[in-house]
Amino acid sequence: MATVLPPPSKRQKTSEATRAREQVAAPAAVPEGLQRIQFRDADTGEPHGPVVTVSLADLDPKNLSLLLNSLLGHTDPTERLPYRFYNPIGEGEFNQDEVIKAYVQGKVTTELQLDIPCRAEAVFKVKAVTRCSASISGHGESILTTAFSPGSSSRLATGSGDNTARIWDCDTGTPMHTLKGHTGWVLAVAWSPDDGILATGSMDNTVRLWDPKTGTPLGGALKGHTKWITSICWEPYHLRETGRPRLASASRDFTVRIWDAVSKHTDMALTGHKASVSCVKWGGAGEGGTIYTASHDRTVKLWDARKGTLLHTLSSHAHWVNHLALSTDHVLRTGFHDHKGKKEIPDTVEGKRAKALERYKAATLPAHGVERLVTASDDCTIYLWEPSKSTKPLARLIGHQKQVNHVTFSPDGTTIASAGFDNHVKLWNAADGKYLHTLRGHVGAVYMVAFSPDSRLLVSGSKDTTLKAWEVRTGKLAENLPGHKDQVFAVDWSPDGERVGSGGQDKAVRIWRH
Amino acid sequence: MPQNEYIERFTKQHGRRFDHEERARKKAAREAHHASEKSQNLRGFRAKMYQQQRHKEKIQMKKQIKQQEEKNVKGNEPAAPSSTPLPSYLLDRSNETNAKALSSAIKNKRQEKAAKFSVPLPKVRGIAEEEMFKVVKTGKKTAKKSWKRMITKPTFVGPDFTRRPVKYERFIRPMGLRYKKANVTHPELGVTVQLPIISVKKNPQNPMYTQLGVLTKGTIIEVNVSELGLVTAGGKVVWGRWAQITNNCENDGCVNAVLLV
Repeated sequence: MATVLPPPSKRQKTSEATRAREQVAAPAAVPEGLQRIQFRDADTGEPHGPVVTVSLADLDPKNLSLLLNSLLGHTDPTERLPYRFYNPIGEGEFNQDEVIKAYVQGKVTTELQLDIPCRAEAVFKVKAVTRCSASISGHGESILTTAFSPGSSSRLATGSGDNTARIWDCDTGTPMHTLKGHTGWVLAVAWSPDDGILATGSMDNTVRLWDPKTGTPLGGALKGHTKWITSICWEPYHLRETGRPRLASASRDFTVRIWDAVSKHTDMALTGHKASVSCVKWGGAGEGGTIYTASHDRTVKLWDARKGTLLHTLSSHAHWVNHLALSTDHVLRTGFHDHKGKKEIPDTVEGKRAKALERYKAATLPAHGVERLVTASDDCTIYLWEPSKSTKPLARLIGHQKQVNHVTFSPDGTTIASAGFDNHVKLWNAADGKYLHTLRGHVGAVYMVAFSPDSRLLVSGSKDTTLKAWEVRTGKLAENLPGHKDQVFAVDWSPDGERVGSGGQDKAVRIWRH
Repeated sequence: MPQNEYIERFTKQHGRRFDHEERARKKAAREAHHASEKSQNLRGFRAKMYQQQRHKEKIQMKKQIKQQEEKNVKGNEPAAPSSTPLPSYLLDRSNETNAKALSSAIKNKRQEKAAKFSVPLPKVRGIAEEEMFKVVKTGKKTAKKSWKRMITKPTFVGPDFTRRPVKYERFIRPMGLRYKKANVTHPELGVTVQLPIISVKKNPQNPMYTQLGVLTKGTIIEVNVSELGLVTAGGKVVWGRWAQITNNCENDGCVNAVLLV
């Protein structure tokens, strides 16, 4: 005998009845009408394709993307690019309803052409990291800094308080090399953009260079600083003299030193700051590059990387400048490596250099071909600069309620993320410094943030022992990543987007994956 | 308008005597002589009063001097290399609070599982009911039946506590012996913080004392550690944490406790 279902309960019956009683609202009628549209680049304003006429009903982002791709001749599904459209009438994202509303009100008509700003997004898509794929112990003390290799996400370098740096194999979750030599905490690690040398800076006032493939030291320590190293940055690949890579190290002894990585000598010492130099970045602007230094003496200084002369002093901050970021950071860090993998890397040095330069030029496009700079400070503000045009700041980004510790540009150069001791991460528009979102969720100071290489996601590490992944476009929490047993000091997203690596006071390196 | 304000108004309108500054200086210079004379020659009650006043003045003076000295100290002593490794962005910051050290020490301790069930004071002195309660004999009927008790030890009552009507109130917890805060020490670090008490978890003497919220030596209390910023492994703020009372509160007039880690 078949089982007879019990009769519906009273609640089920009443809800059914009310649902039946209520009429289903018809979808709002889209007025019949045609609209002339012209796609334009959101950054440069250049037109993409001819003016086309589209019916209002079809005017949604999905159709527009298809239309634009076919207008530009990307007929093959594999070569279609994802596009993001912006509101032609007001602010924000493209919205069909608003265009229809404007049409009904008569603000836009069939005769007028509507310029729709659009921007190509990264062709690859990074998925939010959701789980901890490996928790690798090995370090005997807190992990203070971490960096993925620019070439692949399978190599991660960490510096620790146990006076060693380690290189990890993220594919298998095992330690590869232990780099012993320093006699103080390892405070900074940096991979050269060609993936050939790893530099570590330490509390023992020295910088050491290592071969990441074999884990052997390349010569002895680079001595010269009289206090500990706070930050290290390599020369951009496309500016490098062949066979003579250089790196810059910032120190607590108020100086920045430029080292020749082959001869192991100080090339130049940049003196001029009156307090500890907190951050150094080597940008590609100008003839031979520009070195940007942020210091606790409240100034940011720009130096000519070829001659070692002071170009400008940017002084608007009222307190320590903690960190600075360039709009081209991502490409300078990765050099000629891009999302296409190993097979697309040119064989010759000239080819590599040309590719690095091309990537650098592409990265400066959102800022109209120049490098932008953003600085975070203890005075709770962030300044956005365009140093090649003016020594006055473009914008002052206020909103943080405590010191801002870390700031970073998204790899596509359109968004700025800042992490503060007030437990919040804030997102800002990189074009004009307008406030976009506050990412609330952490219950402790946020120490560091890292963008995914496609700029759609952000991960933040905090004193409250968690990592959190955020969606940049909506400002919503994508994933909460608990697991660390103590505060998280360092976090990095691999340049190919596969993995996130983090380390902190609980001495374990954690690798996070989708 | 009171009289002194007339004087102020006059000085505003017409200024002071020309020799005012000099007179004020001389008066101030004489002050020490006056003080000396008084302290040497006053006798009896006046001398006592004068000494009291002088004592208070001296305390104030010393405080001021100390403040001044602190102000003169050159700030930013060279950042002492702290024992725990820190990333470069936290190195020169002196506001690394005790709370953080506290929280990490607690976490380290928790990993040693053996320490989980040990309390700092394993044994307590038994307290007899006669010592704990005083029989209240006010009013004719109360005196006759003597059913009412006054608790002679410090107590904790919740924030929304109201006394019951006289007829039904069997245990009186005197206002003067109620405590809201405890000085909680972290055993390893020796950091002491004053924290609000949330509840009394266990009085080892008697379950009834737990209910009444009696604070005696050895009592386990729950304290509010939210301001220390401790977090769980999942990233939530830890709110309450247990502590054991280490002193005889009724003798000392304060509640001292150690955090159970």
